[in-house]
This record gives sequence, C-alpha cells and structure tokens, in this order.
Amino acid sequence: MIEFSTWDILRNLLLATRWTILLSLVSFVGGGAVGLLLLFVRISTRKATRAFAKYYIELFQGTPLLMQLFIAFFGLGLFGIDVPAWLAAGLALILWTASFLAEIWRGCVESIAKGQWEASASLGMGRLQQMRYVIFPQALKIAVPPTVGFSVQVVKGTALTSIIGFVELSKAGTVVTNATFQPFTVYGLVALIYFALCWPLSRSSQILERKLNVAHRNH
Amino acid sequence: MNYVFEFGWLAQYYPQIVKGVLITLELIAIGAVLGISLGIFCAWARALGPSWLKPIVATYVELIRNTPFLIQLFFIFFGLPSLGLQLGELTAANIAMVINLGAYSCEIIRAGIQATTKGQFEAGASLAMTRFETFRHVVLVPSLQRIWPALSSQVVIVMLGSSVVSQIAAEDLTFAANFIQSRTFRAFEAYIVSTLIYLCLAILLRQALAVLGGFIFPRRLAR
Repeated sequence: MIEFSTWDILRNLLLATRWTILLSLVSFVGGGAVGLLLLFVRISTRKATRAFAKYYIELFQGTPLLMQLFIAFFGLGLFGIDVPAWLAAGLALILWTASFLAEIWRGCVESIAKGQWEASASLGMGRLQQMRYVIFPQALKIAVPPTVGFSVQVVKGTALTSIIGFVELSKAGTVVTNATFQPFTVYGLVALIYFALCWPLSRSSQILERKLNVAHRNH
Repeated sequence: MNYVFEFGWLAQYYPQIVKGVLITLELIAIGAVLGISLGIFCAWARALGPSWLKPIVATYVELIRNTPFLIQLFFIFFGLPSLGLQLGELTAANIAMVINLGAYSCEIIRAGIQATTKGQFEAGASLAMTRFETFRHVVLVPSLQRIWPALSSQVVIVMLGSSVVSQIAAEDLTFAANFIQSRTFRAFEAYIVSTLIYLCLAILLRQALAVLGGFIFPRRLAR
C-alpha cells in the first residue's frame, strides 16, 4: 500500500481549490450581473414585472441550493440537453446568487431617501439617469459590506457542486479520503482551506461596515 | 423536446416522501431548539462571560461561519470515527445542524444583546441582581424579541441547508427524491416535486415562527 504524507494530501487539495475559486468568481460576477437586472425589475414601476422578480427571489431563496443543482444537472439532461457538471454548477449558482444579491441591493436602494428620487425627477431625469447619477452612487456605499459578506456564502455554496460531480475542493476531499483512509486529516484540512478563503472576506466585510458606518455618522 | 411529464406515478412513492418530510421536520425541530439554546449560551459567553471563555467561543463561531455545512457534516460523520467516536447518520446530522445554527444564532443574539441599553444592566444591578440574573430576567427576552425575525430567517436557511444530510444517507426529503430518481429515472418530476415541498415547508416554517414569536413575546417592545 502506498503511504500518503500530509503534504501529498495538502498539495492535491490545494490544486482542487483553484476550481473552487474559479467557480466562486464566475458565480459571483455572473450572479451580480443577473442580480443587477433583477434589481431593476424588482424596483420597476410596473406591478407585473415587480411581482415576477418577487416570486423569482422567493423561489430561489425558499428552496435548497442542492435541489436547484439537481434540477439543473439531472432535470435538463432529460430534455436531451447534455449538461456537464460545470455548466449545471455555474448556472444554478449564478441564478441562486442573483436572487440574494438583488434582495440585498434592493434594501440598499430603498434606504436612500425618497426625496432623492423626487429631486432628480424634478430635474427632468429619466428613471435610468436617476439610478445612474443619484441613487446608485449613494446606494453603493451602503451595499459594499453586505455584498462582500455574501461572497462568503457563495464560496461555501460551491461546496455543494461536489454532489453533482464537479471536482472542486469538497469533491477532492472525498476522493483523497477514499485513497488515503484519513478522513479526519483530509476533512480537517478541507475545512481549514475553506476557512482561509472565507475568513478574509468576512473580516473585510466587518471592517468595511465599521468604516462606512463612521462615515455615515458624520453626516 | 420529446419528454413527457408524468406526475401520477409519484403517488406510489408517497410513503418515502412523507417519511422524508417528517425526518426533515424532526431535524429542524431538534436543530432549532438545541441550536438556539447553544446560541444563547454562546452569546452570553461572548458578551458577558468569563474572559477565558470568550476566545474559545469566538473561534468556534468564526470556524463554523466560514466553512461549508457539507464539510462540517463530513468531518463529524466520516472524520470523528478515527477518534473512536462512531455516530449514526441521524445523530451526526443533528449534531452538525445544532453546531451550525448555534454559531449563526450566537452572532444574531449577540447583536440583540448589544442593542440593549446599558441602563438595563444598571437597573438590574440596582435591584441587587447578579450579572447572570440580570441577563436571564432583564436582558435576554427583549434581546430575543428584537432579533426574532433575523433568527427565524436563519432557522429557515438551516432547514433548507439540511438537504445535504442526504449525502451521509440520512433519509430526509432529498434522500427520498434521490431514491425515487434512482428507481424511475424521472429526475425532473422527482426534484420539482420535492423542491416545491421544500418551498411550502419554508413558507410554513416562517409563518409558524412568526406566530410563535407573537406567542412568546406578547407585549410590544418599549423603545
């Protein structure tokens, strides 16, 4: 039997971490883009479009991410579409992330005083211009800490893609465990790597929150 | 697109589905009660506890909040047996959920305690209460009342997150869906139906917690 040193285990896990990072980035950026669209739909003046975004968000926040992954992976396959694990993983995570980011950002936009909308409307700005020049710059400042904080949830969410067979950090953990029979060491290391990815994000979210809050108090 | 939807045959699997729903509910019931209790203890320790306990609790909270639930579950179920601690899949799932919710609810409850004015502690002290008695009788309930909506959301999130316990063969709702899928190859129907059941459970759980909150905290919070 081959002996595996802790270094062998760690090296393999770190190699797989690349895919966790890549998938997190894709999900976060893609989810941000879809989330921004969804935000506009959610705060639109038309009732029907608002309701659509509301139900979308309710649906994606009210069901397990794992189920969304299963439907994207197994469900779409039944229609004759060949869905590779990375595509299902990316798609499900983008749609899931979008639902949360849209709702976080809606809170930030709505915290801007209504008078700001009215003031910019009185200058003859269109809705997009109001958003672009008046609301967005103010909401951005409030939105940064919770958005950074949510990125931690995205990184942790990617762990579930191991279940549909996408080989990232968690899946690598299972594979390495099967080869080495050292689940305690392997899953301990996997947890520590996730911690090393997530902790700087949640720390910076806390620090940003404190900084921006201080700025807020001075007004 | 030559796939024909058929939901009728799902009926024959209803015992599995019902069993799965019951196990999911059981997991969240135990998880919520013990998890929130652990959260209250940790929040007390972080806000008012002895100084040696604070860094221990802080480390626990940060470790759990920054690692995926799936890995926590695998560590408990697959990792701990090498220390001689063999757990059944339901016990492991329960422990993982309690530990997970404990860390999240600790931070939520701590926020509620920090929002409680200092005067409340002083008022308790002036009645010759110890710090613990003040916490127990004066601070805790208004703090919980303040953060009840956030705590309820977290319980719903943990309930949805519990779907991964199927990966250690705990027979929850997701396990039932996987079982049906593997028997019939009708993935779409099996997963759509169980996803909708999860959605209903989430909505019902949120409502139930709101009602429970009104029951536990009948008086309006004085500002």
